[in-house]
Amino acid sequence: MSAADVHRAITRMAHEIAERNRGLQHVVLIGLQTGGVAVAHRLATTLAELDGADVPVGTLDVAFYRDDIGLRPVLPEAATDIGFDLTGATVVLVDDVLFTGRTIRAALNALGEYGRAQVVELAVMVDRGHRELPIRPDYVGKNLPTSRHEMVDVSEDGVSLGDLVNR
Amino acid sequence: MSPFPAHLLSIDDLGTEEISTVLEVADSFVEVGRRANPKVPALRGRTVATLFFEDSTRTRMSFETAAKRMSADVLSFAAGSSSLKKGESLRDTVETIEAIGIDLVIIRHASSGVPARVAEWVDHCSVVNAGDGWHQHPTQALLDLYTVRQAFGGGDAGLARFQGLRVVIVGDIRHSRVARSQIGAYAAMGAEVTLVSPSTLLPPSLEGWSVAAVSHDLDEVLPKADVVSLLRVQSERGSGEFVPSLREYTAGYGLTSRRAALLRPETLILHPGPIVRGVEIASDVAELPGSLITEQVSNGVAVRMAVLFLLLGQGTLEGADRA
Repeated sequence: MSAADVHRAITRMAHEIAERNRGLQHVVLIGLQTGGVAVAHRLATTLAELDGADVPVGTLDVAFYRDDIGLRPVLPEAATDIGFDLTGATVVLVDDVLFTGRTIRAALNALGEYGRAQVVELAVMVDRGHRELPIRPDYVGKNLPTSRHEMVDVSEDGVSLGDLVNR
Repeated sequence: MSPFPAHLLSIDDLGTEEISTVLEVADSFVEVGRRANPKVPALRGRTVATLFFEDSTRTRMSFETAAKRMSADVLSFAAGSSSLKKGESLRDTVETIEAIGIDLVIIRHASSGVPARVAEWVDHCSVVNAGDGWHQHPTQALLDLYTVRQAFGGGDAGLARFQGLRVVIVGDIRHSRVARSQIGAYAAMGAEVTLVSPSTLLPPSLEGWSVAAVSHDLDEVLPKADVVSLLRVQSERGSGEFVPSLREYTAGYGLTSRRAALLRPETLILHPGPIVRGVEIASDVAELPGSLITEQVSNGVAVRMAVLFLLLGQGTLEGADRA
């Protein structure tokens, strides 16, 4: 995916979020540390351009909720920053890459600490498959079939796969 | 990051990079502490024991709170009511603790080197030194660093301020495990440490200590200090016998109101507690804006959470995909 492809995907996902949540009054975006944070901010900017909506953005680190603590090196990326109560909100969790679904499972547990959201939705830039839990995204930038051993990198410049840069 | 060590026995077990990691991870635990429910499941199923052979309220409470906020099970072992009273050796007690299946033991002991010895005896249990004799109290030094970094705005910018920072440690250096840990910690972060103490309360030799200067004149040192770290006069360890009287100690080395006026307004004041008001610090000085004594206590929980998490929460399956 080129940078332009990512930009188009962001615009489309923003439209879908606005379409599904008319008015956007209760919508908040929560970017997962670290890759989801930039995507969440881009979605918020686009939503502001489209609808003039001021959608709050928070960030969430799920390290302390992971199920592989003690199995591999687990470190928080950055402290969680959610400066508002999520009770009653429509939370759109935002991540760059959806893979096994374990990060999202951890995120769902972590979110509960900040209030009881009315609805939680999931937006990802890339769905690379290989789910290990019953989790599916509501908004997808691109479905990208991968092998388990490939790395998916999402950045300002687009999406690349492993060492083989596909821009 | 290189793998975090298996035990935290001395501040020297951590390099500059590991210390920075502890401080960063502590940021996340400070955020946890601000929540309505300040608890995370990170160490669920792990068992932590506090093994305190010496009186302590704040350190024990701080460690136990830290472990409980990470959902670990906590056993509190009071040496006074244990089988040690019946004649069991420390080694047998430790082997019992390990046989029960404790994952981490936090030890305080009046004799230097006990935690290090225990670490040699255990096979799969981590050991944290919560203060041993005159030797080390590494988590106290880490929480001091965290508090100073926080006062400088936190993050990498706060961390960068340690470079060349003028830190003055005042008091009974000789008997202080806190001072020994602080000196190593500040030096690792690039600060310049000056010790101020009566000659009788200095150790016989400072060889191998990362100290820039030693002074006996607090008035002369204070105006240049960025951080003033006071030590408690440790009556139980005999500080008092090394000075003619407590009043004389205060006259020479106490942070009195008169001396506080010599400080620049931005100078930070730290004290590991418990403070003995009127001896090493005047009551009104402890309440000055630059005084971070309360912050030290609240940061202590987050910093100890970071230490326990780094000791217990790190696996060895390198390369496991995290997405």
